[in-house]
Amino acid sequence: MRQGEISLAGLLALFSLYLMWKSTELPIGFIRGQGPGGGFWPFWLSVGMLLSCGAIAWNWWRGKSPASVSDEPLMDAFGWRTVLHVGGGVVGFVALISIVSMYGAVAVFLVYYMRFLGRHSWLLTLTIALLLPIGLFFFFEGAMQISMPQGLPFTQPFFDVMYDIIY
Amino acid sequence: MEVFSFLVSGIFTALEPINLGLILVGVTVGLFIGAMPGLGSVNGVAILLPITFLVPPASAIIFLAAIYYGAMYGGAISSVTLGIPGASTAVATTFDGRPLALQGRASLALVTAALASFVGGTVATIFFTLFAPLLATVALNFGPPEIFALMLLAFATFVGLGGDDIPKTIFSICFGLVLATVGFDTISGEPRLVLFDIQGFLRGIGFIVLAIGVYGIGEMLWTIEQTRGEITTTNPKMTAKGLASDAKEAVRRGWKGTWIGSILGFFVGVLPAAGATPGSLMSYGVAKMVSRTPQEYGRGSPDGVAAPEAANNSASTGSMLPMLTLGIPGSPTTAILLGGMVIWGLTPGPRLFLDESEFVWGLIGSFYISNLAAVLINLAFIPLFVWMLRMPFTILAPLIFVLSIVGGFAATRSMHDLWLIVIFGLGAFFMRKFDYPLAPAVLAIVLGPIAEPTLRQSLLLSSGDPMIFFTRPIAGPITVIAIILILLPAFKLLRRRRSVASG
Repeated sequence: MRQGEISLAGLLALFSLYLMWKSTELPIGFIRGQGPGGGFWPFWLSVGMLLSCGAIAWNWWRGKSPASVSDEPLMDAFGWRTVLHVGGGVVGFVALISIVSMYGAVAVFLVYYMRFLGRHSWLLTLTIALLLPIGLFFFFEGAMQISMPQGLPFTQPFFDVMYDIIY
Repeated sequence: MEVFSFLVSGIFTALEPINLGLILVGVTVGLFIGAMPGLGSVNGVAILLPITFLVPPASAIIFLAAIYYGAMYGGAISSVTLGIPGASTAVATTFDGRPLALQGRASLALVTAALASFVGGTVATIFFTLFAPLLATVALNFGPPEIFALMLLAFATFVGLGGDDIPKTIFSICFGLVLATVGFDTISGEPRLVLFDIQGFLRGIGFIVLAIGVYGIGEMLWTIEQTRGEITTTNPKMTAKGLASDAKEAVRRGWKGTWIGSILGFFVGVLPAAGATPGSLMSYGVAKMVSRTPQEYGRGSPDGVAAPEAANNSASTGSMLPMLTLGIPGSPTTAILLGGMVIWGLTPGPRLFLDESEFVWGLIGSFYISNLAAVLINLAFIPLFVWMLRMPFTILAPLIFVLSIVGGFAATRSMHDLWLIVIFGLGAFFMRKFDYPLAPAVLAIVLGPIAEPTLRQSLLLSSGDPMIFFTRPIAGPITVIAIILILLPAFKLLRRRRSVASG
């Protein structure tokens, strides 16, 4: 935890420096007749972020925050595995949207999570993984008139059938 | 009398079939969402915000306010039965609710929570009815310097009253404010902070992207990692006769905490950026402080359940007062409600009471109806909620992720924003591991678009002289209070050091 806290503070400080540099693309000073320039507000806020990172590092050095005096690892092997499986699953879910459509990605994600992480039966998994995307389709496309991403062209026959039901 | 006639007309607006239906649905949905571990009112309102575009603004805010109310009631359910708070507002409820459940008295805890929530919500709504127009009249005199001073006060409250690590809180506020500046400079019209030259950032970063990322993805990952996906439940024994006798006992042993929570919660809730979480914690502390039997607290005192539950409902109503009258939210949830109002084409602030009085009084009327609906639905559905919470977390969690992603896309219609939700979610998880408070960032991204133009307009008015925030009669005291609040942690530290030095 101790090493993690200072590493995170360092990363955030670097990001603050990047934001300060990026803010200077617009004027950061006072322009007569126009007031502060467009970069003024984000620049000084980024300075605030950088100073906060400095204070976090100072507290870390003095051992004033709980993480700075903790010898425990950030997460144990189980924690890393859980975060990797669940967080990775969410990343995979979003990545799949452009390929198999939003509804297809929902179904695949539910099968992955419930069957492979949750160890539920195929019957329960498939029931939820099929009914939920269909329910979402009628809710968003039918009731709310919001079109979700339809993925690559191979999904089109599915959408043709579903739109025939709605319209 | 004028207030009374407005109120009656507002109650009639709330009782219109569409609004009444939305109240019943909203309260029920809110109860379920609030009862789910890892989800609170802020998640419910953020996830369901896109749905409100289908109905008129007055019905939309009534629906969201009903979700807010329902979630406040529901938060106690997982605190009592699972021992983990459904949301941060129900943290204090765990202190005595869980011990009561472990003693086999979960029904007493749940009934106490429901009745205390009802009293808290009702007392706060009465205060709201009496004070809202008064505050709105005062607020009409507000110009850019006054509004910026209020924004400063909102952030100062987080810094001064929050128990979190101060540098991390300040970082979170600045981070949220910077995110709000991404896109275009609204005054010069030039592109600004197009991060890594990715064109998607030209659209800016909406508050909903950050809110769903933090609460829908980040908090869920946090809950899964902390509980290791293994949540144990306590099965309360409940019968109709038992409920009636628990209600009597709840009134007898929880009235004191209920009143403390109801009154204190409202005034803490009204403070910008304070909201229901500090309100409920403070009420628990005060109830314990004035109790004749403080030793019972933490071991299953009904007063210890009643105080935070009354307070979180009271504060949730109170936090809507500055949102409507001044345009500044008192909590992350009202920050999202505020964003919603802007999307619906309404301008929260002093003129709202004059320009949109039907909207405002309809909302106030709905508070009374929602509160009554919430207590009845809550009591009737307690056994069902307990059953739902016994649903394996490996079913609940993916459903929440799906709702977050699908809801996020429905609100933004952009894959770029969907990736941002995921990045914010993963980032929020790791930042949470190191105790970075993230609610201030969500608050800041909502307030940023109000704070920046008012600061720049004020400095333009004064030719760059920052003393404008100190010399005007309303802005001056607010700025001074904000600075005192910002410096409060330093004063406390200094005093603590002196007392240590003097032995």
